[in-house]
Amino acid sequence: MTDKLLQITNLDIVLPEGSERDLAVKNLNIDLSPGETLCIVGESGSGKSLTARALMGLLPAPHVRVEKGTIFFCGEDLTKTSEPRMRQIRGSEISMVFQEPMTALNPVMTIGVQIDEVFRYHADMSKSERRRRAIELLEDVQLPDPKQIVAAYPHELSGGQRQRAMIAMALALEPKILIADEPTTALDVTTQAQILKLISEMQAVHKSGVLFITHDFGVVADIADRVVVMQYGNVVETGTVDKVLNKPEHPYTKAVIASVPSLVPRAPRSRSDQVVLSGDKIQKKFGGGKSLFGLGKPNRFVHAVKDVTLDLRRGETLGVVGESGSGKSTLARCIIRLLDSDSGNIMLDEVDIRALNRAEMRPLRTKIQMVFQDPFASLNPRIKVGQIISQGPIIQGQSKENSETRARELLDIVGLDERAFNRYPHEFSGGQRQRIGIARALALDPEILVADEPVSALDVSIQAQILELLDQIRESMNLSMVFITHDLRVAAQVCDRLAVMRYGEIVETGATGKIFENPQHSYTKDLLAAVPGQKWDRKVAG
Amino acid sequence: MEDFWKRFSRNRQAVLGLIILSIVIFVAAIANIIYPGDPFLYSKFPLSAPGENGFLLGSDSIGRDVASGIAHGAKTSLLIGLIATLAAVFIGVIFGAFAGYYGGIVDDILMRVTEVFQTIPSFIFAILLVAIMKPSIESVVIAITVVSWPAVARLVRGEFLGLKNREFVQACHTLGMSDIRIMLAEILPNCLSPIIVIGSLMVATAILIESGLAFLGLGDPNVMSWGFIISDGRSMLRVAWWICTFPGIAILITVLAINLVGEGLNDALNPRLRERN
Repeated sequence: MTDKLLQITNLDIVLPEGSERDLAVKNLNIDLSPGETLCIVGESGSGKSLTARALMGLLPAPHVRVEKGTIFFCGEDLTKTSEPRMRQIRGSEISMVFQEPMTALNPVMTIGVQIDEVFRYHADMSKSERRRRAIELLEDVQLPDPKQIVAAYPHELSGGQRQRAMIAMALALEPKILIADEPTTALDVTTQAQILKLISEMQAVHKSGVLFITHDFGVVADIADRVVVMQYGNVVETGTVDKVLNKPEHPYTKAVIASVPSLVPRAPRSRSDQVVLSGDKIQKKFGGGKSLFGLGKPNRFVHAVKDVTLDLRRGETLGVVGESGSGKSTLARCIIRLLDSDSGNIMLDEVDIRALNRAEMRPLRTKIQMVFQDPFASLNPRIKVGQIISQGPIIQGQSKENSETRARELLDIVGLDERAFNRYPHEFSGGQRQRIGIARALALDPEILVADEPVSALDVSIQAQILELLDQIRESMNLSMVFITHDLRVAAQVCDRLAVMRYGEIVETGATGKIFENPQHSYTKDLLAAVPGQKWDRKVAG
Repeated sequence: MEDFWKRFSRNRQAVLGLIILSIVIFVAAIANIIYPGDPFLYSKFPLSAPGENGFLLGSDSIGRDVASGIAHGAKTSLLIGLIATLAAVFIGVIFGAFAGYYGGIVDDILMRVTEVFQTIPSFIFAILLVAIMKPSIESVVIAITVVSWPAVARLVRGEFLGLKNREFVQACHTLGMSDIRIMLAEILPNCLSPIIVIGSLMVATAILIESGLAFLGLGDPNVMSWGFIISDGRSMLRVAWWICTFPGIAILITVLAINLVGEGLNDALNPRLRERN
């Protein structure tokens, strides 16, 4: 054998009977050398995570198992190793970082104890030595004040800190292979940039091979040496990062790469100056409630939206961007009156809707509608699609026949078959459900659409289709749109103007092109600098 | 629906339970045909052993037919179980839905009321209630309802709490839908499965409570019931074992069957909770 760390040959993984397809992974061939970063990219359901699990011997047996093929790790076939030997390998020679650090860490054990476990099971060290190593490791992953973090529970750390601790644990015994399964997907961009940097630094020190699983081509461009592209369990393309990203050969790879939104903002559009919606000094605090008899401690306040002032002009798309916890979703819910803001005013066609009660608000609901983030939670599973779309107009006093005819038209407009009318939401894919959600919002012929992360739960190719659909209907129905997103790539392609939020405040507003070219606020600069794959973008553009 | 039957029938015990329960329902339905007339009617053959003098399951101390009592008692037990459960589910759903949906002070008040009912041991509470009202079929139903609804209220409240912040409910708010309609048409259908499951198990509990009350002499004196036959035969257990035994078995298998069916419903309606590898 060569000096390859890992050599997977003709690997088949079977799925349980009655699944969408027979094989989760079909005839997979990949290899990994020391010090190399191999990215496996693919959309959801492509089999990339199961590949990683197979390597670790963590497939959910007996229903999902390796059917044939070999996984050679340093001359040893992992498909045939005994369970005790596999336990030795796991954690010490091959280790894994998971997507969601909150669920991958045990919530009732301190970080120190969890790192300590790794040493206890795999290495012969005294207690004080183990503690010293644990602190060293936490220092290595650049966690502030490691002595305190050793004694902290996972919930006391932020998402980025938890992921750092996970990496510390994974690297504790200097494994030859580090498998990272979407390790930054749950993190904000600025944190993501730090974690990616940390992983590559650690790799340089330990000379380990990194198998990095992701769906994000920007991340691939930044960290990969070689890339494997998977679709429906098949490898459709492999090659160096430069070749796959810049000269893709397979039509699927080409299509997916083409649907990654570019960071170069699209050309500005001419627009009217008529303001359709404006918010002035909107405030929203959470918490501070007391229990029934005024007993117990009053909760602490969270100031989710602070003095936000913005306006939306006819026909434009205003992007509200920011990281998690910046208050952007709360702001959207205040605007659409799902939440009552504490003070300020929200003017919709010269009416302050903040002051209206529910009954007074009802007729105005036709003017402003919302598209939600999660296509699986936003449709009632017990109600047929036709009814979901037509119930809005019916509530607003239109006849059942008219509403249903309109619902059928809308299904056509959002690109769904008319037969969808009598089906239940669970029969549709995520992208199709999002189309249904859009149709529901359009059923009332609104002037304003508030879209709260409408594409962040979707795969990149589906995302491109939904963004195109939103653009079409915005154009044809002359909609004004408030578009909430954390993804600056999406914002660049969709929004005319941007409002950047942090800690409940808008730190900067301006035309999208201007903000991307010349950000004024330091936070905006940080945010833009953290977007993965910028070098690649420049290469494509230049 | 087909799917539902497939999942239900995968649980063999549940199918067995359903068969037994069907037989009990069938016997209750034809009680007036196979044993026409009053089950309290006594004959001149007291304490006949099973099979003697034409008594399939024997007769009691004053010559009443045990088999006839069981058949008529089945009707009583099932009816009381069903009506009390329906009433309890109705009250429980209303309390739970309002508490869960509105939260805050509404929740506080409704849940404190619920807790008052929950803190009293249910059987003793039922005895107390029947003793205050006079023993009749209505008072038994009311007593069982009063002690059973808090469990439903807690369950429904939990479900509503979890569902009210889901995006599809928020979407209904943005369409301008009224609260009552959101509760009834949007949220309630999504928590029907657990309500059906808890309801089916409550029928079994209700039958047990009813038998217990009748055994203590708190049943309706004019209505035949399993608990009444047992209570009547208990002093003669050593000379005439059949008087207590057969209605006892009837209670046992009916309650068991309903529990099995409830388990099966749980498997079939909440497949994700129970997936076994």
